[in-house]
Amino acid sequence: MAEGKHAAPGAYLQVEDLKVQFSTEDGVVRAVDGLTFSVERGQTLGIVGESGSGKSVTSLAIMGLHNRKRTAIAGKVLVDGRDVAAMPDDQIRRLRGQQIAMIFQDPLTALHPYYTIGRQIIEAYKIHHRGASKAEGRKRAIEMLDRVGIPRPDKRVDQYPHEFSGGMRQRAMIAMALVNDPELLIADEPTTALDVTVQAQILDLINDLQREFNTAVIIITHDLGVVSQVADDVLVMYAGRMAEYGTAQQVLREPQHPYTWGLLSSVPSLHGDADEDLLPIKGNPPSLINVPPGCAFHPRCRYAMLDGGPCDIEIPQLLPLTTPGDSGHLVACHLSERHRRDVYAQDIAQVGVAQ
Amino acid sequence: MSDLVTVPQQAAGPERTSSAPLLQVEGLTKHFPVRSGLFGARQLVRAVDGIDFDVAPGETLGLVGESGCGKTTTGRMLVRLLEPTAGKITFEGRDITHASVTSLRAMRQDLQIIFQDPYSSLNPRHTVGKIVAMPMTVNGINPPGGVIKRVQELLEIVGLNPEHYNRYPHEFSGGQRQRIGIARALAVRPKLIVADEPVSALDVSIQAQVINLLRDLQREFGLAFVFIAHDLAVVRHFCQRIAVMYLGKIVEMGSREQIYDRPSHPYTRALLSAVPDVTKLGAATGRIRLEGDVPTPISPPSGCRFRTRCWKAQEKCAQEEPLLQISPNGSRSACHFPEVGALR
Repeated sequence: MAEGKHAAPGAYLQVEDLKVQFSTEDGVVRAVDGLTFSVERGQTLGIVGESGSGKSVTSLAIMGLHNRKRTAIAGKVLVDGRDVAAMPDDQIRRLRGQQIAMIFQDPLTALHPYYTIGRQIIEAYKIHHRGASKAEGRKRAIEMLDRVGIPRPDKRVDQYPHEFSGGMRQRAMIAMALVNDPELLIADEPTTALDVTVQAQILDLINDLQREFNTAVIIITHDLGVVSQVADDVLVMYAGRMAEYGTAQQVLREPQHPYTWGLLSSVPSLHGDADEDLLPIKGNPPSLINVPPGCAFHPRCRYAMLDGGPCDIEIPQLLPLTTPGDSGHLVACHLSERHRRDVYAQDIAQVGVAQ
Repeated sequence: MSDLVTVPQQAAGPERTSSAPLLQVEGLTKHFPVRSGLFGARQLVRAVDGIDFDVAPGETLGLVGESGCGKTTTGRMLVRLLEPTAGKITFEGRDITHASVTSLRAMRQDLQIIFQDPYSSLNPRHTVGKIVAMPMTVNGINPPGGVIKRVQELLEIVGLNPEHYNRYPHEFSGGQRQRIGIARALAVRPKLIVADEPVSALDVSIQAQVINLLRDLQREFGLAFVFIAHDLAVVRHFCQRIAVMYLGKIVEMGSREQIYDRPSHPYTRALLSAVPDVTKLGAATGRIRLEGDVPTPISPPSGCRFRTRCWKAQEKCAQEEPLLQISPNGSRSACHFPEVGALR
């Protein structure tokens, strides 16, 4: 099933059939149920999904941040050829913060309120550079703050998180993540808590830094606008599984999965007919304990079983499209390719942000 | 008394309506005193610093802006959850700015609020039925057919199962809880609803459901709305007129077409161009990049508050505060050098 970029050997990050499950009183939560993708250095992958899609659990699995005693992880997570999923804790700790770094959604809760920003950045630096002196650490912290566009970094380095605005806190977190020149950066909803003008600045910053350091970047978000700005490739997740995968052009401009259609046609846009009703996806995101049988999306899908397909019985496989010129574009849906293209042209291309 | 009154939808009209406005706000101000440090000097956070606007019956006014612009504070003052520091709020011709709690009670039937967070705005110890009935209970209203019947009617109107009135909030999803909040706001047939970020806390696919619902209700019951949001695309979908706020002031006010197609104020232009366009992949070219962050509302810049981030700022902007006036593009804009022509 390895096709093109989807599972490219030699890519910096390769995730193969990742499964993450938690045992709870109410049953087994299948948070991630068979994820395969890869990211090269200098490339950005956008993982799109709503709550309960499994996207954050995926990022934590890549960072080795799950509690092994309570989490069942299967599959491979290869970072530069080494399997993080199978690595013991002390080895992962050496990778984390150095080769792989993460920035979180809400900088106010992710930063320690009692320590200065400088101290927190220096800590991240010194853990991986044990011989470094205090002066060196401080110099590096100021350098990073400057690099992420914080004015007066020599003063700001001694301030506390609460003295920074939301946008600046996020920049500080980016500085902390990049202080050791990581090869892979995972950004989990980096701009959700920020205003739109600040969001634009932060996305630009991530783009610039990626170009400068040739970092592989994964951006996890529910916001299609954010994805369209920064992602080279897009993975759409639903109920812990892959619904669609391809380049940003393929997934956002020529989407093939009814869930992706639903997302595009339900998001209001600044263009097009404002009086036209949005086309929401009916129903609610599924429980990950009782995932619907067959295709997890079928209870909410307008086109379920339209083709006579086994949507309610059989889990659709993630398969490449056969159209020439559309290589590397994968969809997990029982509808025939032909049928999907017709539906898209008729129903979707006129509504919401798909216009 | 018929339950469903269909009112023809308000046409997107001129700035000021000829009929008496339902809600009128003049010079509305809210300052919060803060102390820097234990013995520090007292300072004022000028959260809302003198704003004026009207809302006609059945009209939807959007209040947009980024964090700290004062839009949420404004919403709370309208329903008197916060006391204005200065200014006047007139509702249906009556000055309610400093009205007592008892006289407010009657007004509160006509002026309701929907909150942002569906998880904290419903009492977890009350059944849904009790929550939705509360505005009637508190006001001593007994609708024809009884309270329970009205509650069931309301649940149905918002797309929930009327049989579920004995359930508790935790048994519902976020989107469903928001619908409960909407049902509660509709209970006593208000004339105007203040909706404070009603969909921001919801998943994308659920947002669309709730937006469509609010639109249907607005049309069906002829409700006026003050719709507060930071998401410009959502506001465009719902509001006929929009007021853009920045640091406690309204910097531009106009019809939907004026604001989205031909914005006059540089800040409005910057705000619109910062919204990512899914149809344009990759970093947007021609985007206005605003430098820095919003200044502190404790000591806003002199003259025009936006001048520290405005690419057109000149000396006049620091010396003289621009007032809201009709701009060449048609909207009212507070700028000495308003933009002319269509966006892009």
